[in-house]
Amino acid sequence: MNKIIKTAYIFIVFFIFQQLPSAAEVNIYSARKEALIKPLLVKFSEKTGIEVNLITGKADTFIKRLEIEGKNTPADILLTVDAARLVRAKEKGLFQEINSEVLNKTIPERLRDINNHWFGLSLRSRVIVFSPERVEAEDLTDYMSLSDTKWRGRICVRSSSNIYNQSLVASMIVHYGIDETEIWAKSLVKNFARQPKGGDRDQIKAVAIGVCDIALVNNYYLAGMLDSGQEDEVSFAMKTKLFWPGQDKYGAHINISGVGVTRHSKNKKRAIQLLEYLVTNEAQEWYSNVNYEYSVNPKIKNTGVLERWGAFVSDNINLSLLGKHNSDAVLLMDRAGWK
Amino acid sequence: MTFKKFSESFYSKLNFKLSNFNLALVLLSLFFCIPLIIICGSLFFPAKDVWTHLFDTVLVDYIFNSFALLIGVGFFSLILGVIPAWLISMYKFPMSRYLEWAILLPMSMPAYIIAYSYTGAFDAAGPVQETIRELTGWGYHDYWFPEVRSLGGAMAMLSFVLYPYIYLLTRASFTEQSVCVLEVSRTLGCNSVDAFRRVALPLARPAIIVGLSLVLMETLADYGTVQYFGVSAFTTGIFRTWFGMDNSLVAAQLSAVLLLFVAVFLYLERRSRTQLAFHHTSSRYSPLLKQKLIGTHAFFAFVVCFIPLLLGFIIPASFLFDWAISAYSGVFNKDFYILLLNTLMLAFVTALLALVVALFLGYTNRNSYSFINKFLVRFVSMGYAIPGTVIAVGVLIPFAWFDSRLDDFLKLHFNISSGLLISGTLFILVFAYLVRFLTIPINIVEAALGKIKPEMDEIAKTNGLSHINIVKRIHMPIMRGSLLTALLLVFVDVLKELPATLILRPFNFNTLAVRTFELANEERLADAAIPALAIVLAGIIPVIMISNSISRSRPGYE
Repeated sequence: MNKIIKTAYIFIVFFIFQQLPSAAEVNIYSARKEALIKPLLVKFSEKTGIEVNLITGKADTFIKRLEIEGKNTPADILLTVDAARLVRAKEKGLFQEINSEVLNKTIPERLRDINNHWFGLSLRSRVIVFSPERVEAEDLTDYMSLSDTKWRGRICVRSSSNIYNQSLVASMIVHYGIDETEIWAKSLVKNFARQPKGGDRDQIKAVAIGVCDIALVNNYYLAGMLDSGQEDEVSFAMKTKLFWPGQDKYGAHINISGVGVTRHSKNKKRAIQLLEYLVTNEAQEWYSNVNYEYSVNPKIKNTGVLERWGAFVSDNINLSLLGKHNSDAVLLMDRAGWK
Repeated sequence: MTFKKFSESFYSKLNFKLSNFNLALVLLSLFFCIPLIIICGSLFFPAKDVWTHLFDTVLVDYIFNSFALLIGVGFFSLILGVIPAWLISMYKFPMSRYLEWAILLPMSMPAYIIAYSYTGAFDAAGPVQETIRELTGWGYHDYWFPEVRSLGGAMAMLSFVLYPYIYLLTRASFTEQSVCVLEVSRTLGCNSVDAFRRVALPLARPAIIVGLSLVLMETLADYGTVQYFGVSAFTTGIFRTWFGMDNSLVAAQLSAVLLLFVAVFLYLERRSRTQLAFHHTSSRYSPLLKQKLIGTHAFFAFVVCFIPLLLGFIIPASFLFDWAISAYSGVFNKDFYILLLNTLMLAFVTALLALVVALFLGYTNRNSYSFINKFLVRFVSMGYAIPGTVIAVGVLIPFAWFDSRLDDFLKLHFNISSGLLISGTLFILVFAYLVRFLTIPINIVEAALGKIKPEMDEIAKTNGLSHINIVKRIHMPIMRGSLLTALLLVFVDVLKELPATLILRPFNFNTLAVRTFELANEERLADAAIPALAIVLAGIIPVIMISNSISRSRPGYE
């Protein structure tokens, strides 16, 4: 009996204190889900022999973790799915400046930080999805007009806790100022068909079955449903149409998934190598083929659904502003009663 | 009370004896209290602006919804838990032998998973309503259907998966009750309903309350379900303040308020029963003959016990199963087995450690009269009410601090860098689990010890048994069922745990819950179904084991 207990004891200690192997490696904190990034990392490892270690989770908790870990952090890279979080990480001094000719050349200026602390890797737009049965495309214009009383009880959108909505509202604040945006948000809330709930795909389905007539969603969700190969998903998606908002004004709101090298990275060189890999044509094409996101490299051609949707005018504010106005946006949505 | 007696009890309470055990208890509890102390410490930093904003806008909503959830979930899980527990302990009816353990199955179902699967099935876009529309030709606005994603829905989801805590502990208590007490009640003219209401139920009160407080704490800490359902509860507020407003201070303050609320509730409950004793008064145990029900009685008993199983397990699991079949191919590779093994190991190691710690705390506390001891143990056992994410940060802060000091020290004197020695390993995750889940074994061990009459120890002592032998030969056989229950409850809870795991796990280390969440969060329910079912299956085996051990622990079991 004593032997068993001893063995168990040693085993437990070993199990909970086991350390990471430290070969040539890059360590990533990723807010992007494993399934949506791992395949690229595997390819990178095969090419370079550099091992990539990954933890996935929420950007906010990673930012907190980086703050707490300070100079001892094992992470070399923070990957997020929203510009506002990159800005926040930069403001907290968690990133460092990276001077890479490859990155600077490939990524347009407005999609990266002024001091090159972070870089966009892929683009997505928050668009209007509508039911062609119940809505005339001519009635749609931009985000601002969604507060019009003619949409009373006809709009679906997810919770204001969601970062994509926060960034959209932040972009409204940039264009219209806080006061006007707040008036807009209050009317928008009155136009909701139901209390915000679920994810973006939920909103698309809601439009398809008639809970509401229009919804605000990220465009890759619609593309993903159309291409899912699952009968019901496809049929829901087919019942809706995509509308690019604000084409004759500020353009459609865009956001990025992006990346920064941590300030206390111990593998800076390899981290930059990985970043540079992520903007190669091969990786960028993967983003658009598998995740239905737009490449940050304007030279990459879109395929499939994205190609069919065609080119669109995108809102070209500096994405750092989304981070700057994030808290304002949240407070404003609280006041407007956007749950 | 005479003055002498009073002064004696006063001194014994104040007199904090610094024996080795006491010291160890204080240190150990303080160790586990660190995260909670950090959370409460936030209250000393004023943040008036944010609080004003919260008061003006959303706080009332948060509080109202959380209260409604507490009341709803408490009520429904009591009904779903206590009544079947009584029927199954006292009667035989069709399938009762299987229902006895099957009714526990929902326990292995994480709340957010049942939420996803009910939504997938019964939401406006789900197959059920789709069929209604197809058959009738109605549009969405032409009929009424209960909204799954609502406050009521959240109550239902949480009750469906949490009632087993109450069922489990209550049934254990019913089975442990001396049959003689019930027989006496019958000779005094109680019918079976009276025996239940006036004898068994009051005797089972500590167990029911432990179960209920676990249910309520879990409800308060839930984030996955309320967030998915768009119900703004207190946890929503914590995370919104933290992430949305980038204010972790006020988020911690909100958590501290939550802790205070739980503390007051637990204190009031304890005070209301300090004058009561619940251990067995009779030492006569005789086998309980379960009464056999026939006809409509049997049928109703069956239905009452079947409903919780249907709602909490059969319906959601069958939808999961359906989705799993459609996404079956290519899942069972090496990665999946590693995932499964990781999860099981983590759950097992944590459960074992939790039980050992709880036993130590329970015993030391039992033999001491110190206020400080009692207070510390109570404090440690409140972690269950705090959302995993908040605990994770509370754990990360002290360990990262320690690692960093150690690293500085080693660099200075030996020129070695230790990096994140502790906070980069599984240890920190296991520690966070313990902070969160110790509540369960502490309460169960305490309840079990409370039922051992002090006289028993004394008799054993006069018969020359050493302390160790008293524990080994007298306490352990009596408590076996309870201890196993505690072990397996923690095991199942770790299987399901998500938020702390998400933050604290080391690189390249995933669990089934993480995998399920990631897929479900991407609204890929079909792919999420397989890891979800794996959690459920991994939880089923211990659940059946718990149930068997309880039946066997019945006094007079043959």
